[in-house]
Parts: sequence; C-alpha cells; structure tokens
Amino acid sequence: MLTATDWSAIRLTFELAGVTTLLLLVLGTPIAWWLARTRSAWKGAVGAVVALPIVLPPTVIGFYLLVAMGPNGSVGKLTESLGLGVLPFTFAGLVVASVFYSLPFVVQPIQNAFEAIGERPLEAAATLRASPMDTFFSVVLPLARPGYLTATVLGFAHTVGEFGVVLMIGGNIPDKTRVVSVQIYDHVEAMDYAQAHWLAAGMVVFSFAVLLLLYTLNPTGRRRA
Amino acid sequence: MKTMPSLLTGLVLTAVFSAPAGADEVQVAVAANFTAPMKTIAADFEKATGHKAQLAFGATGKFYAQIKNGAPFEILLAADDETPAKLEREGVAVPGTRFTYAIGQLALWSAKPGFVDDKADVLKQGTFNHLSIANPRLAPYGAAAVETLTQLGLLGALESKFVQGENIAQTYQFVSSGNAELGFVALSQIYADGKLKGGSAWIVPGNLHNPIRQDAAVLVKGKDNPAAAALMEFLKGEKARAVIKSYGYSL
Repeated sequence: MLTATDWSAIRLTFELAGVTTLLLLVLGTPIAWWLARTRSAWKGAVGAVVALPIVLPPTVIGFYLLVAMGPNGSVGKLTESLGLGVLPFTFAGLVVASVFYSLPFVVQPIQNAFEAIGERPLEAAATLRASPMDTFFSVVLPLARPGYLTATVLGFAHTVGEFGVVLMIGGNIPDKTRVVSVQIYDHVEAMDYAQAHWLAAGMVVFSFAVLLLLYTLNPTGRRRA
Repeated sequence: MKTMPSLLTGLVLTAVFSAPAGADEVQVAVAANFTAPMKTIAADFEKATGHKAQLAFGATGKFYAQIKNGAPFEILLAADDETPAKLEREGVAVPGTRFTYAIGQLALWSAKPGFVDDKADVLKQGTFNHLSIANPRLAPYGAAAVETLTQLGLLGALESKFVQGENIAQTYQFVSSGNAELGFVALSQIYADGKLKGGSAWIVPGNLHNPIRQDAAVLVKGKDNPAAAALMEFLKGEKARAVIKSYGYSL
C-alpha cells in the first residue's frame, strides 16, 4: 500500500494545488475582467500570453523557469536582491511555476463567464446608482459563478496533474518539491511497479471524481460560462 | 509544393542506392551519461561498416520498462550492470552477449571556476545551498555519490542540501544553470579530449564508491541482426575504446 513518502507527496500535491488555485482566482479575476471588457489593441497579445501554457510543452516552461529563476536569470537576480534567495528547488518556486502553468485554465472560464454577462446587467446596476465595485461584487460575481466553479476545479486539477514543470525545477526534495506525479515517475523508473500502481490508480480515480463533480454541479457551465 | 515530388523521388532514390550492400540498421538504447561518446562512436561505426546505429538516449530504468513492454530496441547500453543482468534473467537479453563497455567516473563539479578544490574541502566547509546529485534510487551515479559522501562522513551534514536530478543529464543541468552551486556528475559530461571543459571539478577517487560498471547487452529483438553483432564488436575495438577513454571513462 502507500508508504509514508507517498502520503507526504500526496499532502504536498494538495497543498500546492490549493495555494496555486487561491492565488490564481485572485490574480486571474482582474486579468479575465480586463480581457472580457477591453477594446485595447493589446487584448490579442495578452490573451495569447495567457494561453501559452496550453500549447507549450511543460519542458519548455520548466526549462525557461529554471534559467530565469536561477542565480544568473533576471527573475533570480530580482528575488536574490529582495533577499528571497532563488526560487528553484523550493515550494514557493513550485507555486510560481504552477500559477503560470495553470493560468489559462482559470482565466479563460472566468473571462467567458464575464463576456456572457454582457452590458445590460451592468447598465441596469448603474442606473440604480451602484458603484462599479458594488456592481462587480453584487452583480457580476454571482452571475459568473459557474465560470468560477469551472476555473477552480480545472485550476486545482491541472496543478495536481502537473509533472514536466515540477520535474525541471523541483529537484525532487521530500516534503518540499516531491509531488505525486514525480513520485509515480520515480516508482516506475525504479521498477517498483506495485507502488506506482497504487498512486497512479489513485490519480485516475481522483481526476475522474473531480471532473464528474464539475459536470454534475455545473451541467450548463459550458453554455453559460 | 512543386518541389515535393522531386524531393520524394530524391529520398526514395537515396534510400535505394546509398545503402551499401548488406547494410542494416540497429536500434540502440543508450544511457544518458554515454550520450556524447556514443554519438562519436556511432558515426565511426557507420563509416567503418556501412551499418547505421539509431540512438535513443535516456534513463536506464525507463529503458527497462520500455523494453519489457515491447520497445523495438536491439541493444542496450546501460548505466549499470544490474539492468542488463536482470533482462538476461528475464529472457529479454540474449545470454552471453553482456560485457562492460565502460566504467564510469564520478566527479564533483561546479560551473564556477575555483569553487571546487582538488581535495573537495568545499564539501566540509558547506558554503553552498544546493548540492545536485542524481536520484540514488534510480541512477548509479547517484548511488555512487551517496556512497562517496558516506565514506567521507558527510552524508548526514549534507543530505538536507540535496537536489535530485532524475538522471545524470538533469543533475548536470541543475549545476550548469547555476541553480545548484555544485553537484556530482559523470566525468564524461564535463570532460572532452582529455581535459575539463569549464568550471572546477574534483575527480572522485575510485576507492570511495563501488565501481560504476556500465554493461551492454544484445536484446532478443536484435538477436539475428548482423548490425547489432557488428556494433557490439565495434564497441570492443581499439577505436571505440580510445573514444570512450577520451571522455573520462576507465576500461
């Protein structure tokens, strides 16, 4: 069955996915709002950057993050000058990488939800003298709920399923960067197939359950969000 | 699109006419640490025999899983001596074909010049945040690194600074990108034409760890392929041995 190191990897994976999803909901909301409302010429470029992680192989993201966040990279020099040290091989580094890697899975559903709301509810709120902030929290957010549900589930699940990026910048440190996907990889490489099966089958069950939950709770999500 | 038919014709003609009589192809799985020398050897092999060696590079454990599940490899150049022996016991490698093609040399390396001294005092001083090693559970060079640190009595002090690469290539990448100040890599990665390519290194004395024997074996899929037999012979020959030694392996 599962060993202590397996459980530690599972706990770490959920911590990483939880922190990443929370950060993404906070960071993703203004980005999604801007993308949904703007008429700026930059909309296409920003949308493309947000979508990049869908297309890029995780090895590319991982490799560039390793170089950029390292002591010779621009991000690494910045974090070192701020006294934070360099990010690779740390939990914080994995969070930064995961935020970038799962960004489109959170921003796009929220953006779609915002776009689906349209102008009229906002205009109606404005005629009732609601401030923009008030409108956002009392009108926009409740209407965008299906989008937020999709974003939360996909952001979380996508981070749990992350492998290539973590492999490239994690350094496989127990309790800090050794997540479930890396642990499974290790078991397979070490020819310990029985251990690999326990964790791998667990991932299949988990992923199916999460998606089932999403489609059950949010059956119209695809249309509305 | 006009060029497509002529390009295709060209390719077909090349395929038909350029192969010397009796030339065959052999699919070879090569341990990551042996990447650089094997590219040179494969080119020499092609020139000398007309046979072509198709190379795939990776971790030995991954190759084992792939071979057991029907991968089309005909020769395995492993990073250890256990995997070929195991494959032979399981009837996947051809008995009697195993031999040691290289003995790996471990080195403590930093991308910074002057960081690693020739007595490895840097390990005792511990003036670094990360020490990169290959995962000792998966990679023979990682196991040798742990044995070396145990012999030096430094394992307990340094374990918390480990960052692990999945194979020796990734271990090297952590050090070369500067994310780890130093690490235990294969000498073959930092050595060419008999000298260090850059940075600073300590060549770990062989008495600090078990020898890293790297064995080759013909796999059942390559049993009747003349190119597989030819490559095994070529690896034992003087020319290949000279290349192997020039990359810092002993034999």
